[in-house]
Amino acid sequence: MSTAIDIKGLNVYFGDSHNLFHAVKSATFAVESGASFGLVGESGSGKSTILKAITGLAPYWEGEMTVAGQPLGAKRDRAFYKTVQMVFQDPYASLHPRQSVDQVLSETLRLHGFKDINDRVDQLLKDVGLGPAFRFRYPHQLSGGQRQRVAIARALAPNPKILLLDEPTSALDVSVQAEILNLLKDLQAEHDLTYVMVSHDLAVVAHMCDAAAVMRNGEIVEILSIEDMRAGKTAHDYTMQLLNASANRVATVAAD
Amino acid sequence: MSTLLDIENLWVKFPTRSGMFDAVRGVSFSLGKERLGIVGESGSGKSMTGRAILRLIRKPGIVEAGHINLHETNLLDLSERDMRKVRGEKISMVMQDPKFSLNPVVTVGDQIIEAYRLHAKASRAEARMKAIEMLEAVSIRDPERVMKAYPHEMSGGMGQRIMIAMMLIPNPEILIADEPTSALDVSVQGQVLSIMDKLVRERGMGLIFISHDLNLVSQFCDRVLIMYAGRIIEVCDADKLHEAQHPYTQGLLGSLPRFDQPKARLQVLDRDPQWRDAASVEGRP
Ligand SMILES: Nc1ncnc2c1ncn2[C@@H]1O[C@H](COP(=O)(O)OP(=O)(O)OP(=O)(O)O)[C@@H](O)[C@H]1O
Ligand SMILES: Nc1ncnc2c1ncn2[C@@H]1O[C@H](COP(=O)(O)OP(=O)(O)OP(=O)(O)O)[C@@H](O)[C@H]1O
Ligand SMILES: [Mg+2]
Ligand SMILES: [Mg+2]
Repeated sequence: MSTAIDIKGLNVYFGDSHNLFHAVKSATFAVESGASFGLVGESGSGKSTILKAITGLAPYWEGEMTVAGQPLGAKRDRAFYKTVQMVFQDPYASLHPRQSVDQVLSETLRLHGFKDINDRVDQLLKDVGLGPAFRFRYPHQLSGGQRQRVAIARALAPNPKILLLDEPTSALDVSVQAEILNLLKDLQAEHDLTYVMVSHDLAVVAHMCDAAAVMRNGEIVEILSIEDMRAGKTAHDYTMQLLNASANRVATVAAD
Repeated sequence: MSTLLDIENLWVKFPTRSGMFDAVRGVSFSLGKERLGIVGESGSGKSMTGRAILRLIRKPGIVEAGHINLHETNLLDLSERDMRKVRGEKISMVMQDPKFSLNPVVTVGDQIIEAYRLHAKASRAEARMKAIEMLEAVSIRDPERVMKAYPHEMSGGMGQRIMIAMMLIPNPEILIADEPTSALDVSVQGQVLSIMDKLVRERGMGLIFISHDLNLVSQFCDRVLIMYAGRIIEVCDADKLHEAQHPYTQGLLGSLPRFDQPKARLQVLDRDPQWRDAASVEGRP
C-alpha cells in the first residue's frame, strides 16, 4: 500500500506580519491510499484549514505535504485537481449563484476533458439522490441539503482518487446522509479512493474512517484508531471529553 | 400554556418551468413558551416554513395561509414596515447559511456593536464590551481577534455562533433557529443549547428549532413536528421520538450511524408514494 497523503509539521498562518494568526500548529499525519481518515475536534480548531492547505487555498504555510507521491509547492496544477477534490463545508459559498446545477457539473466535466457530458451529469445527479427535475435549478432554488448534494456531485465529477470532505453530511438529513455515506463507501471499494473527512459527528467518522486525528486550538492532540475510539481508549482529557459527550447522547437514546 | 404563535394552513409555492411547486402544503401548528423541534428530510419544507413566518420568502415565491398570528396580530396583514419591526424586535431567525446572512465587508465586531446599539441605548464602548461578552458566552476562544475579523475569516461553527449571539440581542419573544448547531462539536453545541434553553425557561421565549439531528432534537426539545414533502406527517413529544409510529420517522431513526454499534452499510429509506398524499397532521398541543 502506498501513502496517499503525507503531512509533516504543517503550520498554517493567516493575516500579515503585524497580525499573524497561527491557525494550524505543526500538524503531522499520513493516510494510506484507499483508507479513510477523520479530522474531529473543537469548532475553530483548524480542521477546514488543513484541508484548504492541501488544496492550495491557504497561502501561508510551511512544512511538508506530499499528495499521491508529489511534494506540494505553492501552486496546484490541473492534474492535481483531477486527483484531489474537495467538498466544502459551506456549499452556498462554494456554488456560483448564477450557475445552474447543469452548468456547474457540465463545466467541471468539460474542464477535465470528458466527452459524454450529458449522460455523466445524469448519472452524477442520480448518484447523489437528486432527480432530473433539479438539473436546471439555481442554487437559491435549492434547500440546504440539496445544495450540499450538488457540491458532492461536482467533487465526484472528475473521478478523483482523493476526496477531502469537509462536513459533507452535516447539512443533510439522516436518510440522505445514509445514502451519501453508502455511496462514498461503494465508490471507495470500487475505485480505491482515499478520503479525509471532517465531521463533528463521531458516529459518522467512526462509520467511515479507520483512524482519526483529534484537534484542539490548532493542534492535533492525538491520532487514534476508530477501534480505540469506540472502546474509549485515550490518554487525552480532551478526547475523553469529546467521547463522553457523544457517548452520552447515544446512551440516552439507546436507553429508551 | 399560552400560545405565542399560531399558524393556520400555511402554503409556500414557487412557479417553476414545470408548473407550480408546492414547497409547503397546508401546515398548521402553534408555538408556546416551549422548544418546538422541526425535523424531516432535506427539501421537506422546514426552512421555507420558518422563513414564511417572517415573510422572508423571496419572489416569485408565494405565501398563503389562513393566518400567521403572533398573539392576536395576523402577520400577513402587516405592512412591510411593521413587519420589519416584528423581525427586529419580536421574532429573530438564525438562518441555515449563517455566513451568508452576515455582511461580508463589515467586521464581525462592528456588526454586533451596531446590532446592539439599535436595541439598547449604549455608548460604543459599552456596546463593544457587551459584544465581547456575548462572544465569550458562545464559547468563542479569542473574542478580541474575532471582533476585528471579517465573516469569511471565521470557521463554519464560529459563523453559527456569531449569528446566534446576534439574534439574541433584541431579546426576542420567538427565536427561529434553522440548523443552528450543525457545524458545532458536541461540547460547544452543549454550551450554545444551554443559552437557548435558559431563554426559554427563564424568559419564556418560544423556540422553533429546525434540525436534522434526531438525537439532539429528542433530547433538547419539548415537542417535535416531523415534516415530509411539505406536510407535517407526525407530531410527538420529543422524549417519545424514538417510539414514533410513522414508518417515515422510524426509517429516519433507522438510518442513523451508531457510535456504539458499527455496521457495514447504513439502512436507507424506502419512500412510500402514499406518504405524500396523506393529510397534514395538526401541530397544536
Ligand atoms: N481566511 C482566514 N483568515 C483569517 N483567519 C482564518 C481564516 N480562515 C480560518 N481562520 C481562522 O482559523 C481558525 C481555524 O479555522 P477552521 O475553519 O480551520 O476551523 P474548523 O476546525 O474547521 O472549525 P469548524 O468546525 O467550526 O468549521 C479559526 O480561528 C478561524 O478564525
Ligand atoms: N426559489 C425556489 N424555487 C423553486 N423551488 C424552491 C425554491 N426555494 C426552495 N425550493 C424548494 O422548496 C423545497 C423546500 O425547501 P426548504 O429549504 O424548506 O427545505 P428544507 O426542509 O429546509 O431542507 P434542508 O434540510 O435540505 O435544508 C425544496 O424542495 C426546494 O428545492
Ligand atoms: Mg470547518
Ligand atoms: Mg433548510
